[in-house]
Amino acid sequence: MSNSLTADAPVPFGRRLRRLMSDRPLIPLILLLVLLVVVLQILRPGIVNERWIANTIKFAIPLAILAGCQTMAMLTGGIDLSVSTSATMAAFIMATQVVNHDPSVAIAIALVPPVLIGLANGIGIGVFRVHPLIMTLGTSLIGSGFLQVYQRTVIATGTSVPPGLAWLGTGLTYGVPNALLLFVPVAGFILFLLNRTGFGRLLYAVGDNERAARLAGVAYWQVITALYVLSGLLSGIAGLLYVGLIKAPSLSLADPLMLPSVAAAVIGGTSIFGGRGGYTGTIVGALILTVLTTLLTILQMPEGARRILFGLIVLLVTAAYLRIIEDR
Amino acid sequence: MPALHHPLVDPTSKSRGKPVTTDPILIATGVAKHYGAVAALRDASLSVLPGEVHALMGANGAGKSTLVKILTGAVRPSAGSIRIRGREHTVRSPAEARRAGLVSVYQEPSLIPDLDVLANLRLTDTPVEPFRAFVEELGVPDLDLSETARDIPLAVLRVLDLARALAIEPDVLLLDEMTAALPANLAERVLDVVKRQSRSGRSVIFISHRFIEIQALCDRATILRDGETVGVVDIVPRIEERIVELMLGAKVEKTRIRAAATTGASPIAAGPARLAVRHLQVGTKLNDVSFDLANGEVAGVVALEGQGQDELFAVLSGSIRPSGGEVLVDGARVAFAHPADAIQAGIAYVPGDRSEALLGHRSVRENIALPFSARLRNWGPIDMRREQQTVLKAIERLQIDTRAQREVQRLSGGNQQKVTIARWVAAGARTILCFDPTRGIDVGTKRQIYQLMRELAGQGHSVLYYTSELEEVQLVCDRAIVIFGGRVVDVLPVALADEAALTRAAYGLPRDAAPAGVLAGTQDGAAAP
Repeated sequence: MSNSLTADAPVPFGRRLRRLMSDRPLIPLILLLVLLVVVLQILRPGIVNERWIANTIKFAIPLAILAGCQTMAMLTGGIDLSVSTSATMAAFIMATQVVNHDPSVAIAIALVPPVLIGLANGIGIGVFRVHPLIMTLGTSLIGSGFLQVYQRTVIATGTSVPPGLAWLGTGLTYGVPNALLLFVPVAGFILFLLNRTGFGRLLYAVGDNERAARLAGVAYWQVITALYVLSGLLSGIAGLLYVGLIKAPSLSLADPLMLPSVAAAVIGGTSIFGGRGGYTGTIVGALILTVLTTLLTILQMPEGARRILFGLIVLLVTAAYLRIIEDR
Repeated sequence: MPALHHPLVDPTSKSRGKPVTTDPILIATGVAKHYGAVAALRDASLSVLPGEVHALMGANGAGKSTLVKILTGAVRPSAGSIRIRGREHTVRSPAEARRAGLVSVYQEPSLIPDLDVLANLRLTDTPVEPFRAFVEELGVPDLDLSETARDIPLAVLRVLDLARALAIEPDVLLLDEMTAALPANLAERVLDVVKRQSRSGRSVIFISHRFIEIQALCDRATILRDGETVGVVDIVPRIEERIVELMLGAKVEKTRIRAAATTGASPIAAGPARLAVRHLQVGTKLNDVSFDLANGEVAGVVALEGQGQDELFAVLSGSIRPSGGEVLVDGARVAFAHPADAIQAGIAYVPGDRSEALLGHRSVRENIALPFSARLRNWGPIDMRREQQTVLKAIERLQIDTRAQREVQRLSGGNQQKVTIARWVAAGARTILCFDPTRGIDVGTKRQIYQLMRELAGQGHSVLYYTSELEEVQLVCDRAIVIFGGRVVDVLPVALADEAALTRAAYGLPRDAAPAGVLAGTQDGAAAP
């Protein structure tokens, strides 16, 4: 009675290709990634080797975790601008506390502030209905302010990065980055959460049609609070990993990852308006951005030109990608 | 009132207004639209003569909405051509369609809620005086142009949409389910005005599920089935059977529209009422409303637009809190602060507007399973196989067409409505509040919904069923509760609840003043429980 299938008529190749891409949105993304790597290899023959791949993965992982937080927030129609501050806080506090404490204790202490920031975000957005952009921007500023105050109290202590984290952040085992030991479980967790759990369903539901979710008995504030607390926690973990990679704790450690975390999710096909997207695309998005950064670096352009190009490419890729997968 | 297009002095208005020249003003041929592998429209054609009211009909999913969207530029066709006055019509937006002489009034109100009426008019370059004249002609005498659209009741908004379209003086006016949300008095006015428009040489494409309107208004009808035009008929008396045949195709059983639901009254269980409402008060909208809903009963709620029925359903579904009175479920007092509380008490709400209940981008499966995940303790891993079974059972029971199941928004209206009901059937809700569930749905699906309601009642479920189509009451309900001005003014047993009696009651007229014949021979006993 409803729409009928047209399996009979022969379908032109272009249309079939588009249909394939809209059914499997990952394919065009992976093609783009491969294309970038090929371009890089052509511009700088020999650069693409085992070491380069391991390095790229190492740098992509903290970004991919932060972009995971962003993906989940965006699925509900929100955004989390406090991920970089949460990451920096966890990293900096851990690096200062580890001077006097056991690493595990220092890590536990360091993860408290990100969780608190997430809780504040969740309550503000879920209960008091502050817009996510404003709420997370606010808590991000407050968080970084607290961090500056905190820095004065520990100015004499100095900082250090425990060897365990450095091993995890930079080390390779048989040529494979150790960071994957952390990332594989984290990514598996996020993917399982989004696709196979009731909570994941609710993230999509709330972002797709909040009123419908409410009528189905979904308590918005519970979903939102849980989401931002989780986002804070994961950001903290990403920060710890990142400081293990960079090995230079500072008050602006993870700031450069903030906007790329949004960009990775968007390039990966997650809609900023909520309800659509997923984490696999985001992971590929993070890889694309990392390769793109390398590519622009070896072009030896001035910083300004590099940024302009980066922005343009992000815009183009996103626009083209949406066009491909949305087959209208 | 300024004499604008005074239809009565128009020379062409003598007969039914068919001009001598019969060059169609709009011709669409071979129009098709594919969404991925799914064809929403395969080979639709439509030809509209000047001065004609042309009905566009078809069952759910036949492709009506898609054709309308193509005509108005909201969607681009995959194939086919559309010509208006001989010129190729390739529109990409409603604004372009309007320049080509085609203006449409959609099912949903189109004024921008946060602007006042005047600003809305300016936005679309609508001349104000003609607009005002049409609004008056349509039966809304004292409209304040500085009123914000958000504060205007739905029925009036629809009238304003129509007046705006008329004021633009289009060659072709497209009305999509224009009368669906209108109370009877306004609907009549609308039909009058449309008729006069056609007499003054304007063409109208009229989409409606109501045969009475089609019969009263239209000259010809184009019938779509499965994305194809299957027939064009002249509207003559008793053409309904032929149209139904065309719409349903081969599957015509000699059923008339009402056959289905009369499976007899369900046994209404004794004991405390499933749902009891006592002296309910919601601001000034609901006043001292009391009634019972028994186990195994379908109680109809009948009211004109805006008599407090919205508030009644909002309270019972946990969306708003009453300002007074109480609600009892199985004899125990309840106070809902959130729809989740109502669901917990076994009360589910099916809103009239399907887009309020569905996750448009998600699959049929996720939409049906949504209430399961809502509770905190079900946030963990989903038992996919069990979910699959539950969902399949519900899909089968409601005969949902799942060919476009990846995104619920691609289903036809009737199938979408089935999904919203299936969700609660799957969740095992004991009480279902249906608010005009058959609005804008084709005859076949309506019949299935009636049958489902009776089945649910037969299994001991209770249904509170508001409907704006009065003939449904006798098909579905055991009883009709009539609300007028926020009060229950009458409770009619089903035998007495014919359209005439309900209409009188809905206008607040006393029952004993019913015209002779309507209630002849029936003892007008105390029907109130």
